Amino acid sequence: MVTDVYLNGKFTGTVDEAEEFVEKVVTERRKGKITNNLNIHFDKKGQGIYIDVSKGRTRRPLIVVKEGKSLLTEKHIKQLEKGEISWSDLVNQGIIEYLDALEEENAYVAFFEHELTPEHTHLEVSPIDILGLCTSLVPYGNFNQSTRLNAGSKNQKQALGFYAANFNVRMDMDVNLLHTPQVPIVRTIMHEISNYAKHPAGQNIVVAIMSHGGYNMEDAVVLNKSSVERGLARSTYYRPAIAEELRYSGGLIDEICIPDKEVKGYKSEKDYRLLNEDGIIYPEAVVQEGDVLIGKTSPPRFLSSMDEYNLASSTRRESSVGMKHGQKGIIDFVLITENEEGNKLVQVKIRDQRIPEIGDKFTSRHGQKGVVALIVPQGDMPFTSSGIIPDLIFSPHGIPSRMTISHLIELIGGKVGALSGRYINGTTFSAEPEELLRKELLRHGFRENGTEVMYDGITGKKILAKIYVGSIYYLKLKHMVANKLHSRARGPIQLLTRQPTEGRAKEGGLRLGEMEKDTFVAHGAAMLLKERFDSDKTVVPVCEGCGLVAIYDEFKNRSFCPICGENVTISNVEMSYAFKLFLDEMKSLGVYPKLNLKSKY
Amino acid sequence: MENLYKEYDDLLPKSILDEIKEKVPSSISQTRLKKILEASHKEWNESRVDPGECVGLVSAESIGEPGTQMTLNTFHFAGVAEMNVTMGLPRIIEILDGRSHISTPMMEIYLKKSHSKGTDIRKIAQSVKESRLKDILSGISINVAENTISLELNNEGMKELDLIPSKVAAILGKSIKGWNIKNERESITLKARSKDESINEIYKMKEKIKEIYVGGVKGINQVLPVKRDDEFVILTFGTNLKEILKLDFVDHSRLRTNDIHEIRNVLGIEAARQAIINEVYKVIENQGLNVDIRHIMLVADTMCTTGNIKGITRYGVVSDKSSVLARASFETPVKHIISASLSGEIDPLKSVVENVMINQQVPIGTGVIKLMMQSKKELKSSDKKD
Repeated sequence: MVTDVYLNGKFTGTVDEAEEFVEKVVTERRKGKITNNLNIHFDKKGQGIYIDVSKGRTRRPLIVVKEGKSLLTEKHIKQLEKGEISWSDLVNQGIIEYLDALEEENAYVAFFEHELTPEHTHLEVSPIDILGLCTSLVPYGNFNQSTRLNAGSKNQKQALGFYAANFNVRMDMDVNLLHTPQVPIVRTIMHEISNYAKHPAGQNIVVAIMSHGGYNMEDAVVLNKSSVERGLARSTYYRPAIAEELRYSGGLIDEICIPDKEVKGYKSEKDYRLLNEDGIIYPEAVVQEGDVLIGKTSPPRFLSSMDEYNLASSTRRESSVGMKHGQKGIIDFVLITENEEGNKLVQVKIRDQRIPEIGDKFTSRHGQKGVVALIVPQGDMPFTSSGIIPDLIFSPHGIPSRMTISHLIELIGGKVGALSGRYINGTTFSAEPEELLRKELLRHGFRENGTEVMYDGITGKKILAKIYVGSIYYLKLKHMVANKLHSRARGPIQLLTRQPTEGRAKEGGLRLGEMEKDTFVAHGAAMLLKERFDSDKTVVPVCEGCGLVAIYDEFKNRSFCPICGENVTISNVEMSYAFKLFLDEMKSLGVYPKLNLKSKY
Repeated sequence: MENLYKEYDDLLPKSILDEIKEKVPSSISQTRLKKILEASHKEWNESRVDPGECVGLVSAESIGEPGTQMTLNTFHFAGVAEMNVTMGLPRIIEILDGRSHISTPMMEIYLKKSHSKGTDIRKIAQSVKESRLKDILSGISINVAENTISLELNNEGMKELDLIPSKVAAILGKSIKGWNIKNERESITLKARSKDESINEIYKMKEKIKEIYVGGVKGINQVLPVKRDDEFVILTFGTNLKEILKLDFVDHSRLRTNDIHEIRNVLGIEAARQAIINEVYKVIENQGLNVDIRHIMLVADTMCTTGNIKGITRYGVVSDKSSVLARASFETPVKHIISASLSGEIDPLKSVVENVMINQQVPIGTGVIKLMMQSKKELKSSDKKD
């Protein structure tokens, strides 16, 4: 039996005894005689041996198993602990080897050491290996559905935290900083490995799983107002404003200064009031929407040869950088420097404190995200018989359909950890067993199942059901209403179509789309439909002779047609500006869009 | 009594009047009957569509909304001996597009009482299936030296199709020119008349012979006899309505096919309309969804009004719209605007889409109602005429 051998995907030769050959290559690799960067795969069905040493393969480490025994022994572990050997020694000794996707096909990998049989070829270094960094940060992950783990790890990436210790000298775009971040009580081994204590991203808070007047239905959460006032989930939002002195052809240059009143597009004195003499705002200035941060003027735009002699048209343009629509804050610091081209560059960092408010998004580490729907004064919050008042009330309806058992276990874990003053190990697949946590809770004088008697804060009555309450590590997500809230009645329009602009930053309108239009039609609300689309309504004089748009002469107060002259009937027609634009575009294509007018009545 | 009914002749449709006549006991008093008729008339008026109601859009949304749920729960019958028929959203799309070649053409052949007991069901089913020569062959070989092709016939196969070797030879003779056909007991030998026939040619002929049609109904590729309640039914893959209708053991009144174009060609447009309704409704019911049948009827009506089946596509119903703007707003705008400008088309602006585009009142709902008023001038001039 001859088997083809492929090296890096290219056919290189044949081998008579395939299995023998593969085994030999593998043993030689483990001995270190061949590079351990090589992977070999034997395709039994297709009868081919695929050897790969190319770059870009994803490989993962596994412990080698021989005759049902792991090659990694207690001796090695002790040596590792003492620091006598290192990981790379194990790799060089052939105890641990890296497999790529293809070679994995020939491997039979055991999850735990006690599961080993003589058929196994490899042993997982740790079962947590199947998870990525963020996913392994979810405590008790093995109690969850995989989709929830995905959601949980995705949420963690959006959490506010302590992203860099040099944050106060950095000029990052759109950055949030949590004020008093904490290390989670219920942690996984990955928190230690990834140095989580150096960049925490959440807070341990007291959570009660109960209803609160319907204000926490549909994934909403209720916050304790006093907790918020004490600084719960408070954060700061930073964003820079950047201005550069650009150079133009003809030796012209932008100038950063307080613009002159003669400058084209001069705003108003009030808008420039915060600028220093150099045209740049001073630190700790409180700025509102519309305020100018860096005053700047640019040379006139179209400078033809004629204009050079014309002094009147040499006025400069205003091109200051100001606060955008809906923004506020305090100037954090000002940076004046030069860029690669040697142009003057000014950066101003704006800071804005964000106190949790209705509409901010919060999540635990288990994909249980929700939006704040109510902030209740502490006096109205429910309290336990020992006087504990929850910081957050989570709805029990979020649990059954999502089956996030880890969320519930973390609650007990957090409670036990807080009472015992220690961290709880919640590493996926090798966590502290739930039963032990319950027993410890019992020792602390609490009900074993984590529930407590609670009293209604408003009436003072005892709540009939026992409430499941404990501590959970909660994260504040970067989606905050302050960055999203938007409404408009009147506002800017687009130049081309005269329709409202789009998007919050441009104070845009909210689109009534195709399907929304259909609902009006289905209700037969013809007049309402027309009114809704009147945003770009125009009245256009139309020549009834040629059916094209005519001209209205405001001086003479009469209309005339550029083609038929003045002796034709010209009627004013109401239409959408977009349609008028469409007619113009037709004309530019050489198509004659004739309007045949007829009385509507 | 009769007078009372007569009064309502113009007010209620005949079918409802007939139903009242039939259900009301003959001993009923005049006043009570009057009450019944009045109530029916009121109910009838209330259930009618209001003037200006946008029925098309409501139908579209009413079918479209459940359609969004359909994609997710398509059922599969993996490994079941039933036939794999296109169902769910793909099937609805197929019907409403008015495609002439559907992905799984299928028939249900019910048999007349004398044949439906299942005694000779296999034979009947086989006789319906389109058979080619290869189905009754047990071997085929080429003799290169003598330039001959010899066919070995399969007795059992022939029996099922009521064929004998001489008949097969006759069929072959009809469809092949230029070859001598010699018929022996269980084999047929073909010999090329021209001597210099190349091997390549002979091989091609061999392949051609295999595909020669020998019996059954053309277009029926697969048959599956199935027991339904007390009788046997033949399910077929592939359709041929015209030929199946000619067979005398078929119960014509219950014969079904899912090929709507074939129904239109054989039975006419009204039958096709009903077939569209049935097929779409069947799919929607199958998915456990609930759509009022009138919505589907409206769609079927629009597809069939021209007498031909037109799909709800840019080549079908949409191309019939009178408005250039409306057509251009639905797929391939450039094409429509170019052809309209070349032929100088006039857009009467009588429908919804184009009026939304130019921001005019939409002739739907409150938009269709208009107030007519004569001006004083007009009144005076009309007075003078009198």
